[in-house]
Amino acid sequence: MNNLNDLEKKINSELNTKIKNSEIRHNQLYISIDCHDLVDVCIFLKSNKNTKFRQLIEITAVDYPEATKRFKIVYLFLSHEFNYRIILSYFINENEVIPSLTSIFPSANWMERELFDMYGVNFKDHPDLRRILTDYGFEGHPLRKDFPLTGHVESRYSEDQKKVINEPVKLEQNYRNFDYESPWKGTEYIKRQTEKNDEKN
Amino acid sequence: MTKKIKTLNLNFGPQHPAAHGVLRLILELDGEVVEKADPHIGLLHRGTEKLIENKTYMQAVPYFDRLDYVAPMNQEHAFALAIEKILQIEVPIRAQFIRVMFCEIGRILSHILNVTTQALDVGALTPSLWGFEERETLMTFYERVSGSRLHANYFRAGGVHQDLPRGLADDILDFCESFPKIIDDLETLLTDNRIFKQRNVDIGIVSKEDALDYSFSGVMIRGSGVPWDLRKSQPYDCYEQLDFKIPVGKNGDCYDRYLCRIEEMRESVGIIKQCIAKMTKGPIKSLDGKISPPLKKDIKQSMESLIHHFKLFTEGYRVNKDEIYTAVEAPKGEFGVYLISDGTSKPYKCKIRAPGFSHLQAMDYLIKGHMLADVPAVLGSLDIVFGEVDR
Repeated sequence: MNNLNDLEKKINSELNTKIKNSEIRHNQLYISIDCHDLVDVCIFLKSNKNTKFRQLIEITAVDYPEATKRFKIVYLFLSHEFNYRIILSYFINENEVIPSLTSIFPSANWMERELFDMYGVNFKDHPDLRRILTDYGFEGHPLRKDFPLTGHVESRYSEDQKKVINEPVKLEQNYRNFDYESPWKGTEYIKRQTEKNDEKN
Repeated sequence: MTKKIKTLNLNFGPQHPAAHGVLRLILELDGEVVEKADPHIGLLHRGTEKLIENKTYMQAVPYFDRLDYVAPMNQEHAFALAIEKILQIEVPIRAQFIRVMFCEIGRILSHILNVTTQALDVGALTPSLWGFEERETLMTFYERVSGSRLHANYFRAGGVHQDLPRGLADDILDFCESFPKIIDDLETLLTDNRIFKQRNVDIGIVSKEDALDYSFSGVMIRGSGVPWDLRKSQPYDCYEQLDFKIPVGKNGDCYDRYLCRIEEMRESVGIIKQCIAKMTKGPIKSLDGKISPPLKKDIKQSMESLIHHFKLFTEGYRVNKDEIYTAVEAPKGEFGVYLISDGTSKPYKCKIRAPGFSHLQAMDYLIKGHMLADVPAVLGSLDIVFGEVDR
């Protein structure tokens, strides 16, 4: 995989207006684009004789709740012929509808359904956009950072109603999130305190 | 006179022995011919990715055992490699051989299960009885090295948890001597068996092009004649130093995939033997004290080691800000981990790419036009395990 630099140059020269940024790390090519260029870029990557990214490995999203453009959508491609991997990404707003890749890669179907299910991202021209992993009638998008780890409802079989019912989650003990991240600055803290006291005196 | 033909909707699963887990398959039948298959998955969804985001890197490892639970260590391998690449840790050579050896044991575990249950689905009972005896032996190897038969939790970023106990390598070698005979026995039952061939040859054919389009990997793509194996094409750990062949199919039907799996088991036995032969004495995990916990005997003696141990098992090690995709050749295909770290001790995002997900997606394409009785045969040859499909 030594020709990754050549590939980067090639892609940049062919699609120069569409590539916002490109970078090589860990033997993989990271490319960021604009949402509306997605279909063009994918068709190029799949069909060009020097790239031949014939396989879509995965589509996923990353949630950054604080950012103005909340979701980063990530596409992973693999070229068997040249043994390259490429990671394509762009940012979108929460309500933005993005183009579907199902017409170019049939395998995008379930991957996009999973994104819709887990993050609530909407796809344009998707043939069958339904929830996939969560339960029938599930509400919310579990992989969003603001969705609680415990979920909202728990289900059980009700002997009275003779059916499975959903109830709000009731836990005997709350989920304990210890803050191990806090740095050990004990001594420094005391020192600062004494300094402040000294200044006062 | 025209007759109106009504299609029949059939619910296959979620509780059905040939569904290999909790798959609900809604089939549209015209007589006995399947016109459409709509798999409903997610009945085993446990939110693994969400849970991993809330755990430290070390605590996340056991979740990987529970994905493809017939070959647990192969999944751990992908996660360990991802962290190692970000932190740029060097893995000691002995640890690399141990890991590869157990990955190949995992491959045999998975392929035995698949080959024998596929035979079971098409009506042969004996192979599963013979095969499961061998699986049990392999699982005792897992137990001896990690303490549990299934959910090993053995691989760590930077190596493995413990060294091999005394005598284990010899026992694994003994197994390698006896196992090829068992594969031969299985083959006498299946490979030329008339019924097995009638049920599998020319069933569920995947062309080269479609295998690529549907994101197939592993045996599913090799069975269709694409010579692609990550162990060869993008070698990780010590696979470069090992000599093995990649079996490739010709017709892309269920029978070729069965043959590929049988051959892969033989190759795996060879790899295990080479690993044991090439294994030298040495450390089994990274010597970087920021990643690997101190030795038990040091904890008893030194205060610093005790503190270090405490910090590693409460806060865990921190992983600098990065984004990476690593993939390994798991028994079922390309198993990948897309990891985003943000400098804390918990992953910001950990997307798991399970091979079975894309394979099951193609169910409709594979089964269209086949008979109802072919559904279990095709499903069996896809090698679906719901732990990884549903995550």
